[in-house]
Amino acid sequence: MLTYIIRRLLLAIPTLLLISLVIFFLVDLAPGSPASEIPLTVPAEVRAKILESMGVNDPVYVRYLLWLKQFVWVEPLNLVDHWFGTSFAEGQQRIISYQTRGPVFDIISQRIPQTMTVIGTAYLVGVLIAIPIGIYSAYRQYSWFDQAGTFVAMVGFSVPTFFTGVLLIVIFAVKLQWFPSIYDTTLKVTDWASFMKQVKQMVMPVTVLALFNAATLSRYMRSSMLENLGQDYVRTARAKGMSERTVVLRHVLRNSLIPVVTVIALGIPGIFGGAIITEQVFKINGLGAALIGAIHANDLPTVQTLAFIFAVLIVTFNLIADVLYGLLDPRIRYA
Amino acid sequence: MRDTAGTQAKPVRMERPRSQWRDVWDQFKTHKGALIGMAVLAFLVAFVVIGPFVWHEEKLTTTQTYLNKNKPPSLTYPLGTDHLGRDFFLRMMEGGRVSIAVGLVAMTISIFIGTTVGMLSGFFRRLDGPLMRLTDLFLSLPLLPLLLVMVMLFRDALARVFGPELGTFVLIVIAIGVTSWMPAARIVRGEVLALKEREFVLAARSLGTPNRRLILRHVLPNVVSPVMVAATLDIASAIITESALSFLGLGFPPDFPTWGRLLFDGLSYMQQYPERVIWPGLAISLTVLAVNYIGDGLRDALDPRIRGR
Repeated sequence: MLTYIIRRLLLAIPTLLLISLVIFFLVDLAPGSPASEIPLTVPAEVRAKILESMGVNDPVYVRYLLWLKQFVWVEPLNLVDHWFGTSFAEGQQRIISYQTRGPVFDIISQRIPQTMTVIGTAYLVGVLIAIPIGIYSAYRQYSWFDQAGTFVAMVGFSVPTFFTGVLLIVIFAVKLQWFPSIYDTTLKVTDWASFMKQVKQMVMPVTVLALFNAATLSRYMRSSMLENLGQDYVRTARAKGMSERTVVLRHVLRNSLIPVVTVIALGIPGIFGGAIITEQVFKINGLGAALIGAIHANDLPTVQTLAFIFAVLIVTFNLIADVLYGLLDPRIRYA
Repeated sequence: MRDTAGTQAKPVRMERPRSQWRDVWDQFKTHKGALIGMAVLAFLVAFVVIGPFVWHEEKLTTTQTYLNKNKPPSLTYPLGTDHLGRDFFLRMMEGGRVSIAVGLVAMTISIFIGTTVGMLSGFFRRLDGPLMRLTDLFLSLPLLPLLLVMVMLFRDALARVFGPELGTFVLIVIAIGVTSWMPAARIVRGEVLALKEREFVLAARSLGTPNRRLILRHVLPNVVSPVMVAATLDIASAIITESALSFLGLGFPPDFPTWGRLLFDGLSYMQQYPERVIWPGLAISLTVLAVNYIGDGLRDALDPRIRGR
């Protein structure tokens, strides 16, 4: 198992390097240079100086290597400094955003809490809805509950989140005025009233994302349960005279959760992508909004860094899912 | 007895030979959701393809347009007019045309790349490793951010070559196609790996069939069914991706409506005219739902283990 993890980790390095190459060069070689953002009234020599200070005059491979070094070495050191008060990264150049002329990771650390609270809650709620629905749908296969579940899952899977979000805004924010349509990121939770306010503004984005995630997850849960319910060990357990509750919730559920857990892990990076849209709908000032803003402003370092972070998340969670599967299922043994 | 005499007198009728596609259709018909999906999709396609020819064209002068804006639904304008006095019903038709066209063309590109990659890596062992690593690499790319970046970076360049509308169309279709072929490639590879070992391939090979004909004549027709299912689902995801791009403001130009673009434009007027977001959103959702149900039905119908039960 350990050798397997080490091998996968080593394999992840060339993959990530290739991805970083793709992302960096796609963003960098394309037309639309940072120079076009500088007003034409700026004198030529000043413009040249600005460009030089941005470091765009270096050859592209130099910029790539510098960016890579900053990403994998300088920025983690900065994080260590931030946590432990050390000063390893002092004087090292960090990834600088064209927009703010400040470190990109400062923007990211400001934006992560908003994204994490909304998306984390939404995913959790989605999982908590999906698992019971999947269990009951499978246990009563082809009942009205199962049929309804299948239909709702199909709808939840097909209707894009930007439509469900807008629909919720029209109904609950515009017509009924129960919830605010815009997420207030400056809100600080200090007492009961502000906590209720936070809950209120989170209800709609969380519902949208949770429903979308629950739709697919409940289907996985259902088919996994169905597969296990027909197994011999279930008959044995029933023959031993165990209560239906023990059979389903202890024997079958445990085994059915194995593949579902990996699906849940695999879905985590995907929801960051989906969150880009949800953040746009509810005007949440998170990572997705930062990416969109950077794209519109031609802020290449931010775009490259954020896109690469998403890629790192995908690769990491793929690895976690594979390892989890091996840990949970004793039948799977990685050589 | 008279009964038996009567039946004997009748000429013996042979059961007509049934084609495979007839069987598939018979099985498909038993899937209620797929049939409804088919009907809904046929209606929507007719609405966007034939609709603009039947519906009256707009010929308004600037002053008339000004007076015409934000009209409520009426007989002339069943869905009212938008903030520039344009017939919203007509814009829904035209927007749907683009949305569905994007879905179909992007699906074709993605299926073409996916089938080629899957076929090559399944058939030629030497290509298998590199091509599957490439597939894995593409699967690890953050697709939505990259799509956004691609659209932002190449939109102007392509607009200069093809013009703003066609340029965006080409860009979006290619971008979606290039980022969505991986599932199809994996499915095709799996099928080809199994087919390659079958006797009919061996027979064809021993007759001296060159690889090219072996692939096109013998292997390719046998992977059509899973590819068809993947293609159907690809249409749905392409439509969603296009409208997501338009929704984020990185899709088609404003005077060139798609359902996603109409939804995006309607957002600014959501408080006063919520129907302007609801209609395009409903159209997207219905199309995708219908296509997904058809894919579901196709999957059952094309599976010979389920068929005929």
